[in-house]
Amino acid sequence: MECGPAGLYYSTIYAYNRKYMGEQTPSSIEDFFDLDKFPGRRGMRRVPFANLEFALIADGVPIDEVYATLDTADGIDRAFAKLDTIKDDVVWWEAGAQPPQMLADGEVLMSTAYNGRIFNAQILEAQPFVIVWDGQLLSLGGPLAIVAGTPRIEAALAFVRFANRPQSLANISKYISYSPTRLSAETLVGTHLETGIDMHPHMPASAENMRRALKSDWRWWSEHRDELNERFSAWLAR
Amino acid sequence: MPHARLVSLALVLPLFAFVGVTFVAPLASLLSKSAYETRIHDVIPETMDVLAAWDGQDLPPEAAFAAIAKELPSARANRTLLRLSGAANRLQSGMRSLITRTAQRVPRTEFAGTWRETLAEIDEDWADVQTWIIIESAAAKFTLRHYLQALDLEAQPDGSIKARPQQERVYMPLLWRTLLVSLSVTLLCFLIGYPIAMLIADAPPRRRNLLLLLVLIPFWTSLLVRTTAWIVLLQRQGVINDFLVTLGFLRDDTRLEMIYNMTGTFVAMTHVLLPFMVLPLYSVMRSIPQNQLRASASLGATPIQGFVRVYFPQTLPGIGAGALLVFILAIGYYITPALVGGSSGQLIANMIAYHVQTSLNWGLAAALSSILLVAVIVLYLLFNRLVGIDRMRLG
Repeated sequence: MECGPAGLYYSTIYAYNRKYMGEQTPSSIEDFFDLDKFPGRRGMRRVPFANLEFALIADGVPIDEVYATLDTADGIDRAFAKLDTIKDDVVWWEAGAQPPQMLADGEVLMSTAYNGRIFNAQILEAQPFVIVWDGQLLSLGGPLAIVAGTPRIEAALAFVRFANRPQSLANISKYISYSPTRLSAETLVGTHLETGIDMHPHMPASAENMRRALKSDWRWWSEHRDELNERFSAWLAR
Repeated sequence: MPHARLVSLALVLPLFAFVGVTFVAPLASLLSKSAYETRIHDVIPETMDVLAAWDGQDLPPEAAFAAIAKELPSARANRTLLRLSGAANRLQSGMRSLITRTAQRVPRTEFAGTWRETLAEIDEDWADVQTWIIIESAAAKFTLRHYLQALDLEAQPDGSIKARPQQERVYMPLLWRTLLVSLSVTLLCFLIGYPIAMLIADAPPRRRNLLLLLVLIPFWTSLLVRTTAWIVLLQRQGVINDFLVTLGFLRDDTRLEMIYNMTGTFVAMTHVLLPFMVLPLYSVMRSIPQNQLRASASLGATPIQGFVRVYFPQTLPGIGAGALLVFILAIGYYITPALVGGSSGQLIANMIAYHVQTSLNWGLAAALSSILLVAVIVLYLLFNRLVGIDRMRLG
């Protein structure tokens, strides 16, 4: 793929459960890796994506140099070395539904998660979860593809046009806290359909939540995913 | 009686055809992808023709540059370019963007006199022999590189084959772990399932039905439900730990780690696969006459002697069937270990699923599957020597 329309921005963040957190609360990605300050288990997705970025930011790499650093062998070693420091305390998750569950049960003190999943637990299940937006990894999601050679190309294109209208993009935020990808849709974001709460503080691409955010580089990942996934598997098994 | 033969053959023919079309053919076609694949070659057929006569030492002839400069843009137009760029990128990260960029830019770049110079202008990597070696290797119709990768081997520049460095090995450790987990789960199922099957077989009819139901209800329950139930029971803040803490056997900070490690995998997999051991054992035990044990006792055998020399040998066919069922199912498991196994919850089937569904590296997935299939066949033959498949009873 060279280019295509993406339907939404989602974010990989980390969150904690206020019920199990002490007086002192984490506020930065560094805190996620700080076992002395916040002893307890961490939930992380069992893939290299996001974990390597978080590790580098926590290790002091400036946000705008994360992918340039990952582009070097030393940078990747550095990310894995940082992950090594918490490896024994990580509970690895596989499906997006697991982190809210593990946080609710107190299985982990903090967990990386998709922001929409945490939002659902906060709003629909009244869980006392807190999202730490610092160092969030903002990613494009929901791209549309058309099967090559389809006889109904016109209808397919009409749908792509419909789905990418500002109003259609903004409508997603009536159901879940994922940001529209077009600036023209941003002003159309309103309230949650079911509960009526204001969606603005929950949107991953809002200026407030983006203060220290990294945009994921899908081009870099499409080049390195296979290689890093093998390395990650070997690292996990060690 | 050739006529009767023909009639009976005609009757089973639909079955053979069905098995052939829905099972043997797709399986063979997928497994063949591990070594033979024309889809990538067909993206740049002319280039590959030129490269066939190339020695791989110096840069290929101008004809190769001209062919690829023509074929990359047309592959981009036909939307087949991804096959080549994806395969090449697996051999060396960075090839994907090199190929994509070149395919985009060739029509927009001024011809510099030779295609060699034109491509080098787009990206100097085209003037590197290594780029061409990778392209030739990625598009080759016949290749063993998937098998090398699956066996954690790598070809050296001089053509010899060496094991990858210890810390980069991925697939062989996973294969060993898969075999170890499967064998352990089979053994656990046998140790737990044998007494249960005996209890059911010896029980009076009404209680027998109740006990059988207790085996069958979990058997009919969804795999995911049972796995999740174990998470609720075993986790740090789970039912069992809470219970032990409440009773004072554990302190809050010494809660047991029973899940997200090997223990969790063993417990959940053994529970899920237990019925496959109990049911064949039960059916074999039911057919053993009770009075044989009484006869052995009347001839002076102790209960243990009677069990070891009369009862147990007759249950061997059931053990064989149960063990084989459990083992073969266990070897392909990946959802349960992924959910409850923590960092050790990755088995070889997870990697096959990853390469089929996510990385779309079907060649490697097929090579891994073939190796797994061979491992299972070898174990099966070994097993057949020890127990004898003709003596096995599936209930």
